[in-house]
Amino acid sequence: MVDVQGVHKRFGRLEVLRGIDLEVHRGEVMVILGPSGSGKSTLLRCINHLEKIDAGRISVDGNLVGYRQVGSRNYELKEKEVAQRRAEVGMVFQRFNLFPHMTALGNIIEAPVRVRGASRAEATKRGLVLLERVGLEEKAGAYPSQLSGGQQQRVAIARALAMDPKLMLFDEPTSALDPELVGDVLDVMRALSGEGMTMMVVTHEMGFAREVADQVVFMDGGVIVERGRPAEVIGAPREARTKAFLSKVL
Amino acid sequence: MAAAVLLGLLALLIRLIVNSRFADFAVVRHYLFNRSILVGLRNTLVISVLAQMVGITLGVTLSVMRLSKNPVLSVTSWLYIWFFRGTPVLVQLLFWFNAVPQVFKTFAVSVPFTHIVLYQKPMVLFMTSFMAALLGLGLNEGAYMAEIVRAAIISVDEGQTEAAQALGMRSGLIMRRVVLPQAMRVIIPPTGNEFISMLKTSSLASVVLYGELLRRASDIYSTNLRVVELLLDASIWYLVLTSIATIGQYYLERRFARGASRELPLTPLQRIRRNLVPGRPWFRVLR
Ligand SMILES: Nc1ncnc2c1ncn2[C@@H]1O[C@H](COP(=O)(O)OP(=O)(O)OP(=O)(O)O)[C@@H](O)[C@H]1O
Ligand SMILES: [Mg+2]
Repeated sequence: MVDVQGVHKRFGRLEVLRGIDLEVHRGEVMVILGPSGSGKSTLLRCINHLEKIDAGRISVDGNLVGYRQVGSRNYELKEKEVAQRRAEVGMVFQRFNLFPHMTALGNIIEAPVRVRGASRAEATKRGLVLLERVGLEEKAGAYPSQLSGGQQQRVAIARALAMDPKLMLFDEPTSALDPELVGDVLDVMRALSGEGMTMMVVTHEMGFAREVADQVVFMDGGVIVERGRPAEVIGAPREARTKAFLSKVL
Repeated sequence: MAAAVLLGLLALLIRLIVNSRFADFAVVRHYLFNRSILVGLRNTLVISVLAQMVGITLGVTLSVMRLSKNPVLSVTSWLYIWFFRGTPVLVQLLFWFNAVPQVFKTFAVSVPFTHIVLYQKPMVLFMTSFMAALLGLGLNEGAYMAEIVRAAIISVDEGQTEAAQALGMRSGLIMRRVVLPQAMRVIIPPTGNEFISMLKTSSLASVVLYGELLRRASDIYSTNLRVVELLLDASIWYLVLTSIATIGQYYLERRFARGASRELPLTPLQRIRRNLVPGRPWFRVLR
């Protein structure tokens, strides 16, 4: 589903990603671990073409991200095409980024109506089902400022799901939450993986990683240091850097 | 104590004005509702509202251009703002009314690169006082509004744009549905101030013979020589207009604060009512 090959990304003179290779199969959950600044967010953002890569290639469901290959050359896609491909990949942010001037339901139906051209009635029906799925059916009319962090994040997940994504990217979805609210969000994500959603999750929640992940990769300094099943990477790390990191977060 | 002294001084001042026969208040009252003055009042309102609308439309367009990645767009916008903010609006008004019809004899709208003319009129007939006032005030306002809108757009969290992009929205849609509605909260207070200024600045349109309040007042006093009285009448109406606009601004700001905080602040009326609950100490009313 996701195929990342030799990806490099620079911000000015700082090389943030220095040759990333990974593969996520349909229905798999990959958890990405790593210290702050290791490039985890940047990697997710590249997969959605929110950042342009400087070298390598990324494809999602067989489509090159952000580029079109003609012969041996790559041409950057037009905004319209980039947007179309992004619509197929859901993204959930650490700081929720709900639209504050729209209600929970308004947030959810915005893209289906404006991007996919769904009818308002149809999108609303679907939106209410999604809200129910994240346990917030009674909050449809609430504005984000009237919701707790955990509720906002669950609305954000429902908003992403409303576009029927093939892949969901989560960038530290629970890091901005009070500890007692983390569980609700993780429950939603766990259910999602149970339904066969392909997911890439940056998180420090080791319990979630052990339980849900099919693969865990540990990144540091823009490279993947170690990868494998959760029992291997988290349970019995081989690399010194992984051990040092885990001893801090566990 | 200080307040008492001030009130005393104010009373003194009012007596001084009334006794000095500085103005004949019977005449002031007589002309306050004069037909010509009321038409002037209406025209002031019309030109201010229209010019402000032109200004807002242009301002939004210019600010989006200014923030565009395309250098042609952003430089054009920069030049426009530089020019219109850098020259006096009075000069711009005179320019539209006097200079433009001298240089360009006809006004025509045609399909570019063809000879098909959709609309044509001699410039002197097109560039009426009204048109010159609208262009002069509106285009100038556009430059100021552009800076206001630009600051507001920049103030919207970048995460909002990213979230919208991630949903597959394109830049025009993101601007319209996500960024501008949030920028509104930041745009409204200064725009209210701009409109209040516009109500007053519109008096400059009197130089292009547009029949707004000041023009009407000065037309009357140039024949009856009641200069002070008629200027007072104009001032009274300007004060009325700006006061109403100030109140309108307050309620508009409240409306657009929606979604930003959990609860809206009380309006002054609500606050007074709430504080007048029996048993509350009277001084709470003042807070
Ligand atoms: N837009 C940008 N411009 C310049 N530098 C950037 C930009 N975005 C990220 N960086 C830098 O890239 C590096 C990697 O950032 P990234 O956000 O990917 O790290 P991360 O692993 O997600 O860290 P964290 O756990 O703190 O979120 C950091 O050093 C950061 O300062
Ligand atoms: Mg990050």
